[in-house]
Amino acid sequence: MNSVHYLYAAYVATWAIHGGYLVILVRKYSRIRREMEKLRK
Amino acid sequence: MKRGFTILAIVTGLLLSFALYEALIAAPTERTMGDVQRIFYYHVPSAWTAFLLFLINFVASVVYLIRRDLKSDIVALVSAEVGVVFCTVVLVTGPIWARPVWGIWWTWDLRLTLTLVLWLIYASYLVLRRFSTSSQTAVLAAVLAVFGALDVPLVYFSIWFFRTQHPSPVIGNGGSLDPRMAQVLLINWAAFLCLAWLVSWTRFRLEVLKREVEEAQSLQSLLEPSR
Repeated sequence: MNSVHYLYAAYVATWAIHGGYLVILVRKYSRIRREMEKLRK
Repeated sequence: MKRGFTILAIVTGLLLSFALYEALIAAPTERTMGDVQRIFYYHVPSAWTAFLLFLINFVASVVYLIRRDLKSDIVALVSAEVGVVFCTVVLVTGPIWARPVWGIWWTWDLRLTLTLVLWLIYASYLVLRRFSTSSQTAVLAAVLAVFGALDVPLVYFSIWFFRTQHPSPVIGNGGSLDPRMAQVLLINWAAFLCLAWLVSWTRFRLEVLKREVEEAQSLQSLLEPSR
């Protein structure tokens, strides 16, 4: 594998990790919103 | 508050784009390693950001143990969680750099092993917070965080005082980094610090909201039998 591929792999992996965490936060927020809706009813 | 968040989000987006351009295009190519050295612009700032977040976790945990203040407990939780994300980036980008440069993905070198231990300590901290049902969870987690923080200086100074396979420090202690490379490194660190701040802010508000909902739910469950 060319060394540039390792460079791209590292950058993609970094953003995949941050993106994954962002997805977790969005899902957590949706869950809380659902709970809030339930409480309001 | 909402305006401040929007401004921070815009600044972070711009800074991250500029930092990416600087790291991939503007920074000079290293003579022996070539382009793969550019991994350093993500690896090192992520490590510094993780260390800073674990330091905040330590301070917030000490404050919580002294004052039993709810806000410091949330700050401790948030900084540990975001710190683990940045530490994961360090543990993933390091081996990707090591494979073409050292010829191996991983070695049980002091710096690498201590960083893995650091990740495991804070991952355990988060598991404890997530699954413990004890009323003493926050106290236990704070105590774990205080002891866990001892690993941070060990990781940081391991390459100063011991001979390890990991490259020597690039800044301080005789580090001889090219000034342009140092500039790109600091730009990337500033961008990652803004990202950490933005994510921590979001996570903090989410945790406050979650605790409010939980409180309302327990109040509702108390009122329900009387209906």
